[in-house]
Amino acid sequence: MTRYILRRLLQAIPLLFLISLILFIMLQNMGDPLATMGGRTMTRSEDRARLTRQLGLDKPIVIQYLYWLIGNDWTKIDLDGDGVAETPGIRKGVLRGDFGYSLVNRRPAMEVIAERLPNTLLLMLTAEIVIIAGSLLIGIYAALRQYSFVDNLVTALSFIGYSMPIFFVALGLMYIFSVNFKAWGLPYLPTVGMFDPRVGKSFWQVVWHMILPVITIAITSFAANSRYVRSTMLEAMGQDYIRTARSKGIPRRSVVFIHALKNASLPIITVVGLDLPFLLGGAVVTERIFAWPGMGRLFLDHVSRGDTPVVMGILMLIAVAVIIFQIITDIIYAWLDPRIRYT
Amino acid sequence: MTKRPQPQTPPSPQPPVGVSPLDELETPVLSLTQLAWRRFRRHKMAVAGVIILILLVAYCTIGALFIPEEYANYTDTGLRLQPPSSEHIFGTDTVGRDIFARTIYGGQISLLIGLTAMLVEIFIGVLVGAISGYFGGWIDSLLMRLTEVVLIIPQIFLLLVMAKFFGGSVPNLTIFGREFSGSVIVIVLIIGLTAWPYTARIVRAQFLSIKESEFILAARATGTSTLDIIFRHILPNSIAPIIVAATLGIANAITLEAYISFLGLGVRPPTATWGNMLEGAYNYIDQGIYWLWLFPGLLILLIVLSINFVGDGLRDALDPRSRAI
Repeated sequence: MTRYILRRLLQAIPLLFLISLILFIMLQNMGDPLATMGGRTMTRSEDRARLTRQLGLDKPIVIQYLYWLIGNDWTKIDLDGDGVAETPGIRKGVLRGDFGYSLVNRRPAMEVIAERLPNTLLLMLTAEIVIIAGSLLIGIYAALRQYSFVDNLVTALSFIGYSMPIFFVALGLMYIFSVNFKAWGLPYLPTVGMFDPRVGKSFWQVVWHMILPVITIAITSFAANSRYVRSTMLEAMGQDYIRTARSKGIPRRSVVFIHALKNASLPIITVVGLDLPFLLGGAVVTERIFAWPGMGRLFLDHVSRGDTPVVMGILMLIAVAVIIFQIITDIIYAWLDPRIRYT
Repeated sequence: MTKRPQPQTPPSPQPPVGVSPLDELETPVLSLTQLAWRRFRRHKMAVAGVIILILLVAYCTIGALFIPEEYANYTDTGLRLQPPSSEHIFGTDTVGRDIFARTIYGGQISLLIGLTAMLVEIFIGVLVGAISGYFGGWIDSLLMRLTEVVLIIPQIFLLLVMAKFFGGSVPNLTIFGREFSGSVIVIVLIIGLTAWPYTARIVRAQFLSIKESEFILAARATGTSTLDIIFRHILPNSIAPIIVAATLGIANAITLEAYISFLGLGVRPPTATWGNMLEGAYNYIDQGIYWLWLFPGLLILLIVLSINFVGDGLRDALDPRSRAI
């Protein structure tokens, strides 16, 4: 098992290099990062040239990637453009934990991301808990009453939910629970932000603002996940050991929740484990609509301004998260099902 | 191991399950297509899906005969944000364009993007999957690593980065006397370039199992060329899951286009798509303006839903053994 984990981690390294190289090359064409740097005042052309040299934007792409990866403090850069490299570089490179400085606000990229990450995690983990609890409930209920009215209704609704674009759900929910509830004089839910600036960032404010985004994310994921729970539960319920357990006179409740669910949970764990890091990405649209100050919105804002350090930071963070979650899922899988052996 | 039936071989003489005795007498021999059609027909939702799909295509094509494109792109800021009325049955948008007319022309582009992006996706996916599955070895591990690279970054992030990368680099095109924004081609390309790994994995799995069967051995023994084995023997036998993947790929491409356009990096106005009509709709939601997003959103939902139903029916009909969830 330890060998398996080590091998997986080692395999991940070249993969991450390849991903970072491809992304880095693609990010070079994202527009002029210097254009927005001076703010309202036009940047003087000599300043521009100096900035370009300081940021290494005049170097070929391979050198830029190298600087990003291992830094440039081992070499000197030509700051004044006279052809003689004289100023020592200060960047340490990603491999030593330095993701560079954001081109938009001149702060360390990791600091900018770290500021937003908790907000995204809060939204995503809450949504994931709602999704797991909800799809287990719906899926088990539908499986126990196969082909009943409720089961068919769930099937139909899950097809609709699965086909629904997330922004459509978001806009619909906003329209009903925020706009119309306001018009009808009912307590309405807020549509933007994380808290009301007049009240301040309190626990209940955040919870109150989180309701709509969480439901939006949950609705679109319920569909596929509850179908999945249903089919694995149906399969488990048809097994011989369930019949044995029943014939021994074990109460139905414990047969369902202990005998069947435990065995049905294996594939469910796979789906959840592989889904979890992707929720980081799924938040882009939701965060944009609800103006949630998370990583997805940070990504959108900085992609449009060609801020390579921050964008690369976010993308690599997600890539690492995806790989780690894949490995964790495999480990949990082997731990739950002793029949599975990794070599 | 069960051998997959070859498409051209005569079907087994025994009647398919669930056919009434009358049918059995009248149609003693059914081709594979007929068999599939029978199974498809029994899938009620899939048939409903086909009907909705035909209606939607008719909406976009026949509707265009009555309403000229100039009208769909005609802006009149004096008429902005008009609620639905008898004159503008879906209302008008933020610059006073008629939403009804725009859903017709937007639907054409959305459908076009869905179909062509699917073709790009299937082309790359089949090529990579076939090479990888047939040859195996280092070429397989190389291609599978490449697949992983694309799969690891969530598709929406990749799409946004690629939309910026290619954005503005493709000039506008004139096809069939109509001008298409170059961004349409960009969107088609980037969706195709990011969606193929799923197809590639399906095709690879098919190739891995089929290449071991006896008829491939026979083909090889008779000196059939590798290209013929891949494209004339293995590929036709793995067509069922590819068709299903292609169908679902159209729905996926339409949704993805809507996402990118919604985020403002997709197809540029005045070319309408159901996705970019929604862009910025949330800025007006507090004023109770629902018609900006409701109609294009409903159309996206309808088309994606019906394509998903058709895909599900096709899976049951063509590939009954691989029952998905």
